[in-house]
Amino acid sequence: MYRIEELIISYLSELAKKITGRNLLIFVPSVWVFVFFLCPCLILLKISFSDSIISSPPYTSLIDWISGNILQIRLNLGNYLGLFSNEMYIRGFATSVLIAGASTICCLLIGFPMALAIVRSSPKVRTILLILVVLPFWTSFLIRVYAWLMLLSPSGFINSLLMKFDLIDAPLQLMNNSYAACIGIIYAYLPFMIFPLYSAIEKIDYTLIEAAYDLGSSPLTAFFSIIVPLAAPGIYAGSAFVFVPAIGEFVIPELLGGAQTLTIGRLVWNEFFGNLSWPTAAALSIILLTFVVFPIVLTQRRKEIRLLRDVR
Amino acid sequence: MKLKWPNIILFFGYMFLYFPLVCIVIYSFNESRLVSVWSGFSLKWYKALFSDPIILRATFTSIKVATISATVSTIIGTTAAIVITRFGHFRGKSFFVGAVTAPLVMPEVVLGLSILMLFVGMDKFFGWPDGRGTTTVIIAHITLTLSYVTMLVQARLQDFDRSIEEAALDLGASPLKVFFVITLPIIFPSIVLGWLLSFALSLDDVVIASFVAGPGATTLPMIVFSSLRFGISPEINALATILMTVLTIGVIMAAVIIYRNGSSQENSVE
Repeated sequence: MYRIEELIISYLSELAKKITGRNLLIFVPSVWVFVFFLCPCLILLKISFSDSIISSPPYTSLIDWISGNILQIRLNLGNYLGLFSNEMYIRGFATSVLIAGASTICCLLIGFPMALAIVRSSPKVRTILLILVVLPFWTSFLIRVYAWLMLLSPSGFINSLLMKFDLIDAPLQLMNNSYAACIGIIYAYLPFMIFPLYSAIEKIDYTLIEAAYDLGSSPLTAFFSIIVPLAAPGIYAGSAFVFVPAIGEFVIPELLGGAQTLTIGRLVWNEFFGNLSWPTAAALSIILLTFVVFPIVLTQRRKEIRLLRDVR
Repeated sequence: MKLKWPNIILFFGYMFLYFPLVCIVIYSFNESRLVSVWSGFSLKWYKALFSDPIILRATFTSIKVATISATVSTIIGTTAAIVITRFGHFRGKSFFVGAVTAPLVMPEVVLGLSILMLFVGMDKFFGWPDGRGTTTVIIAHITLTLSYVTMLVQARLQDFDRSIEEAALDLGASPLKVFFVITLPIIFPSIVLGWLLSFALSLDDVVIASFVAGPGATTLPMIVFSSLRFGISPEINALATILMTVLTIGVIMAAVIIYRNGSSQENSVE
């Protein structure tokens, strides 16, 4: 009896020694991230392997005790196989990648000249221009999408302007297609492209460009052989900042893209809210994470590490 | 001003960024419901907005959720940033860093779905959170915004000269005193920025809230989103104008405070 008590007391005092301020500070964020981020991810993985049933919650458990002494773990791969055999999901992935890719390229084409022009302006104007780039970012994402709904809808600004000047008789179908979804994504994520580009271009030594001019290169050659390679880290970072959120985007394709622009984000939403098929929604999410998001993030991180090493 | 290519690009670039927003503001004062007709200046859509009990209740819920989640996530996020930058190496540190910053790249749909599944599972095993409501939205928003705060504060902590902290420690100040007298004032601007960003993100989120909100916890973006599915409406113009004004004033005020704080510190160092 005494021995057990002593053991417990010695264990507790050992534990008490570990409760320092330092460990407590590590403990609090760790627990939060573990419970509310890592556990949900594991549960998502678990549910992606279960069967869909009609009950509450609508999925079966993976682990069962059969007749008291057999532990049965049932992994249903059907959710994943179903995704690969159904054309709708494959098309959904293709649509998402295409829209996100096209938007990223457009952001780059709009953002690069803007970043270059901001760098070239005087320091005082530069601060104001940079603030003006961030300001729309603070004015609610939903409002920025809504702004385009107002411009593009059949009774919207562009159509009523064109009708007023008798340029068209019937409203043009400007929204409910993948172009409108692209415009919405470009508009929403352009600041994410401009900022990394700006900070990369700002660091470029301007004398290099002057030297190129002195040696007789044309502005275009100077641009492509000096500015673009030196701005490459900004190009990679900006593209990742636009592509990664764009690929899982739900709100913009839902509001601007119309019924046929089914992106992965919308498919996950529809499986969950429409079909009440939690396992399918979970499997779609897992595939989105493992094949699209993680590879991009990992290559981006590797590039950053290599860049840091080069700087040193 | 000469017509040079940078000016032309800037003109069109900022037109692209601001024209749609200006349209919203202008049409919020239009008497007519239609965008095609300008029938005179009117504040009636603002009046309609302020007498709509559903919108008022949702606004109150959203502000409550955003305030609580921004405050908690600022505290936890700042702690995480200090742990990452000041605690040297500990077991599982790289894993810790990865897990804290991962929600930044998670698609919102996936984050919302996975947290909802956690709540459903917890409900089954512990009987908590016992259905969904405001609490579940707050928890989900803290998880979302935590990584933003951590990144912002961490960047500031890595930037500033650590020798000031070390000097204070050498002169016999306790670590706690060093934190409150030296570290906290220096990182304060980024803490404020982190809080504001969390507040704005929480006030703005529709996807995660739609997954985890219970019937009694409809937030403002959820109302706006469902009404946008039926097309444009002048009430939303008015609401958007108010939100834009409030957020812009908030950001500018914060920028002024941060700027003054920064310059006064530089002056005192000089």
